[in-house]
Amino acid sequence: MDRYLELSKIGKIFDTDSGTYEALADVSLKINRGEFVSLIGHSGCGKSTVLNIIAGLERATSGGAILEGEEITDPGPERAVVFQSHALMPWLTVFENVELAVNQVFRTRKSRTEKHDWILHNLELVQMAGAANKLPHEISGGMQQRVGIARCLAMQPKVVLMDEPFGALDALTRARLQDTLMNIQAELRNTVVMITHDVDEAVLLSDRIVMMSNGPAAGIARVLDVHLPRPRNRLALAEDADFNHCRHQVLDFLYSGRHLREELVVIRSGSSNTDANSGSGHIAA
Amino acid sequence: MAEATERLLAPGAYFDRVNALGRSALLPALGITTFLLLWQLAASSIETSLGDFPGPRDVWVQTSNLVDEHWSERARAEAFYERQEQRNAERLARDADAPVRWRAYTGKPTFFDQVATSLATVAFGFCLAALVAVPLGILCGLSDPIYRAVNPVIQVFKPVSPLAWLPLVTMVVSATYVAENPLFEKSFLNSAFTVALCCIWPTVINTTVGVAGVDRTLVDVSRVIGLRPLTHIRKVILPAAIPMIFTGLRLSLATGWMVLIAAEMLAQNPGLGKFIWDEFQNGSSDSLGRIMVAVVTIGIVGFLLDQLMLVLQRRFSWDKQAILR
Ligand SMILES: Nc1ncnc2c1ncn2[C@@H]1O[C@H](COP(=O)(O)OP(=O)(O)OP(=O)(O)O)[C@@H](O)[C@H]1O
Ligand SMILES: [Mg+2]
Repeated sequence: MDRYLELSKIGKIFDTDSGTYEALADVSLKINRGEFVSLIGHSGCGKSTVLNIIAGLERATSGGAILEGEEITDPGPERAVVFQSHALMPWLTVFENVELAVNQVFRTRKSRTEKHDWILHNLELVQMAGAANKLPHEISGGMQQRVGIARCLAMQPKVVLMDEPFGALDALTRARLQDTLMNIQAELRNTVVMITHDVDEAVLLSDRIVMMSNGPAAGIARVLDVHLPRPRNRLALAEDADFNHCRHQVLDFLYSGRHLREELVVIRSGSSNTDANSGSGHIAA
Repeated sequence: MAEATERLLAPGAYFDRVNALGRSALLPALGITTFLLLWQLAASSIETSLGDFPGPRDVWVQTSNLVDEHWSERARAEAFYERQEQRNAERLARDADAPVRWRAYTGKPTFFDQVATSLATVAFGFCLAALVAVPLGILCGLSDPIYRAVNPVIQVFKPVSPLAWLPLVTMVVSATYVAENPLFEKSFLNSAFTVALCCIWPTVINTTVGVAGVDRTLVDVSRVIGLRPLTHIRKVILPAAIPMIFTGLRLSLATGWMVLIAAEMLAQNPGLGKFIWDEFQNGSSDSLGRIMVAVVTIGIVGFLLDQLMLVLQRRFSWDKQAILR
């Protein structure tokens, strides 16, 4: 398998007013081209920090992220981000928001009309071409998030990074956007890293689910491969045994205490004098 | 249901309409009338060596006097130019090579001339300050190192009354500004630079705060897209910081206008300040009334300048719905 995006022993220490805080320790992960990876974990465990390091918005304190053999040091359009809050410029129309990115990325590589068509094409991908001339505050939250996705795709990134892209949306809108995303993904086969809090969403969309332990010094606790055939249909999957198995494993990780750090588990198992090697899962039970 | 709506609509709506009218016109009118009455009462009970303190009536009388003076002065100027033209034409008719002189009319500037001078001065000084302050504020807001370097200087000079600068400005201008055919009067530049020196700080500070406070995620978006610095400023920073920039500009213009009057009084530079000082020195029975006209004019002009800034802000702001105060 070609290692397209590699996180190598990433550690991150924040300087805070009350001393330093070690948010991440030794985060290593290999992601293949065209793979859809979800990051899941409890709030504050450091998911956004990982994503920001891949985006280049933040620097790792130790280790680093490598994309196609090159270390990531700065943000750039080849690693486009979809932010949780749509992050559209409120003073630009839907079209202009996408245009801002397209003009910069394809400065001379596309002609004026090509750029125009490309912007509309990307808005059509997310079914937003009809609202091209609206301002962000004139459209709903779900529509704003669609535009955010269109802007991201319009940059033709090597990696799409999404930080809880549907976190602020209601369940129905979220489901529709997930379907849109799956359709786009079937067509474009982008490499995606997505943060989510939603177990169903993670299983439905991902090829792999990366579960993170809690901070401080958070790391990757478990990685779950999701071998469900595509295209995936949420209704059909609801009854699917494999789907429910995956789902259960993630839920189990999140709510049974396995997300706690290994050391914590070991210390507890030591103090209660049980067999430390019998698997940490029993401890929480 | 229907009943409830009816009740909601009928008398309540009527009172709401009356209320709205009251808020927009009635209440301000009431306030002004009360103020004028109190002013008249107070004025007639304050006696000075130059007669009673001027009340609204005196102000009205003196205003029309000043208007009359202005027009008669204009007529005199016109007559002067007519005579001069006639004289020169006659001379040229007699001898085509005759030396002719064209002189400018040098009458005493009227009240309205002084207002115009003051307006031009404050506009020049303010624009000069804005041209320096806004870019400097943007730089300080964008870059922490620059802010740390510039901030101490700002903090030290901000509290200095610009009048303290006046002597220095005067000396520097008279030493360095030695043009053959000066485009501006020296006195004009002195006042304008003094105004500029006090106009800079509020704009720099507010622009810095506005630029530094631009939503982090929008800045991150810009970084991810890879916008070049100028595009970043034009498309992201400026639209977001416009409200704060204008808050700074409005504060600047207000202080600039106040300082200008004082500077004109102190330095005897032409303008409203000089008008007030001359009237004070004059000490006729009309003087206090005429000074009061100047006081009211200063207030009204200041108000109009602020309104002008609001119009500009509305013009430049992307958010046309925003309520500006
Ligand atoms: N700039 C910072 N300075 C100090 N501490 C920080 C900073 N950014 C993040 N942290 C800390 O690092 C930890 C991880 O933060 P992060 O935002 O990555 O969490 P997260 O997993 O994305 O949480 P959520 O799911 O709530 O978004 C948190 O404990 C947070 O307090
Ligand atoms: Mg987060």
